[in-house]
Amino acid sequence: MSLILDKINYYYGKGTSFETKALKNISLTIPDGEFIGLIGHTGSGKSTLIQHMNGLIKADEGSIYFNGRDIYDKDFKMTELRRKVGLVFQYPEHQLFEATVIKDVLFGPSNMGFTKLEAEVAAYGALKSVGISDDLIDASPFELSGGQKRRVAIAGVLACSPEILILDEPTAGLDPAGRTEILRLLKNIHEEKGITVILVSHSMEDVAEYAERLIVIDDGEIKFDDEPRVVFSHAEDLRKMGLEIPQCTELMGRLADLGLNVDRNCLTVDEAVKSIMGTVL
Amino acid sequence: MLRDLTIGQYYPAESVIHRLDPRTKFLGTIIFIVALFLFKTFWGFLLAGSFVICVIALAKLPPKYILKGMRPILFLLLFMMIFNLLLTPGEVIGEWWIFSVTKEGIYAALFMGLRLIMLVMGSSIMTYTTTPNKLTSGMESVFGFLKVFKVPVHELAMMVSIALRFIPILLEETNKIMKAQQARGADFETGGPIKRAKALIPILVPLFVSSFRRAGELAEAMEARCYHGGEGRTKMKPLKYGRRDLVAYLVLIGLVVGCFFIP
Repeated sequence: MSLILDKINYYYGKGTSFETKALKNISLTIPDGEFIGLIGHTGSGKSTLIQHMNGLIKADEGSIYFNGRDIYDKDFKMTELRRKVGLVFQYPEHQLFEATVIKDVLFGPSNMGFTKLEAEVAAYGALKSVGISDDLIDASPFELSGGQKRRVAIAGVLACSPEILILDEPTAGLDPAGRTEILRLLKNIHEEKGITVILVSHSMEDVAEYAERLIVIDDGEIKFDDEPRVVFSHAEDLRKMGLEIPQCTELMGRLADLGLNVDRNCLTVDEAVKSIMGTVL
Repeated sequence: MLRDLTIGQYYPAESVIHRLDPRTKFLGTIIFIVALFLFKTFWGFLLAGSFVICVIALAKLPPKYILKGMRPILFLLLFMMIFNLLLTPGEVIGEWWIFSVTKEGIYAALFMGLRLIMLVMGSSIMTYTTTPNKLTSGMESVFGFLKVFKVPVHELAMMVSIALRFIPILLEETNKIMKAQQARGADFETGGPIKRAKALIPILVPLFVSSFRRAGELAEAMEARCYHGGEGRTKMKPLKYGRRDLVAYLVLIGLVVGCFFIP
């Protein structure tokens, strides 16, 4: 069970004078159960790439295999792929349209051919796992707060029971508390349900703490695909792509440069504190 | 699919026509359209046709782009030409079932077709070579005299320019919402007309909501910059006639004079 992208090329405005190559020879394997961070500057092609993964954009060259089957085959069912690869777009709350929260979350599973009961169970479960309390499920989605709306929208995709959940900048425009809340929630979903999560972001801080694997994309090409620690050791290269390493990794690096005996590969504040205390005490 | 709207879109280029004052282009287009309906003979159409071709060449517009913009009126054009061809009474030259083709019918269809083509071409040259902002400020100035009759000219011009500004944004938004709903299994392509109409609800509701949100944000931003309508408002780039506008007006006068001298 996996998603394999094999030498994907995609052009914008193909056949016109504006033609540009948006994705260049992308090859990726996404096995089951990983928590992946996909990082790239604005316009690097990350949103284009994830839309290939559920078939919303068709690659100009190359193939994509989902669980061993070519998704560009004539008899391959796109609805099946869309169900199993859930895609949450940027500002997903802008897609809410129904009169009540529960109805909106039901939209996905009903389209995907769930029976009424299955759909209701899935929708209710999804709302639970994003932390929407029972008294809100019959409220209008337009009455909720920004963070709640976003969680409802995520539930709308989660209710389709995907095997892979892709989120495009899920924390954009949220305050720090809302950000942490969304990221924790994703971690929980990942751990409890064993869903593969692909978190798309331009912020290293967001992904450093949660992702097991980091894919860095720049100008339509994959530049790094490795463990976060390894990726962050290339701070100079990342800076050239307009990306910053997490602040505490940066700080620890500078302390180490000053001659302190600390671990320069710390990713989170907790790790940094531990390393500094270990040296000082 | 929503990107193929070329009619009326600005085509950036460096040309005399692009640099003309928007008022000149606006009034010129009106004069040209009036002139089109004054011509009755082949020679008149030749004059108008060569005028259009010259302007297109001067504006450095690719002919392909112009032709693409004509596609939406193709059906109307055929419809009008066929009706003119078959329903004009006169000297019969061919008959088939209940229809008869007359000599006058052929002329009427031909002239009607040419007139419509040149009418659309003429007015699209204006929108191809003028940015929406310049166009509305030109219209505001041309219709300025209506202020005497308490017509809110500035406000209307502002509304038009905001509406034009928002077209690409809303198209992009529509695309995004469609994709987001497709990711949740929405299907816009199959089913009968009722099912398809129903499938639009998940697009239209979010689109309306976001339009209102954007409108509110824009209004707030305008108020924050003390916008209060047209009263006493000056322009950063006031419209100014140049020598090329004089030349353009002379050419247009030549065209109108031509109408009366051509038999």
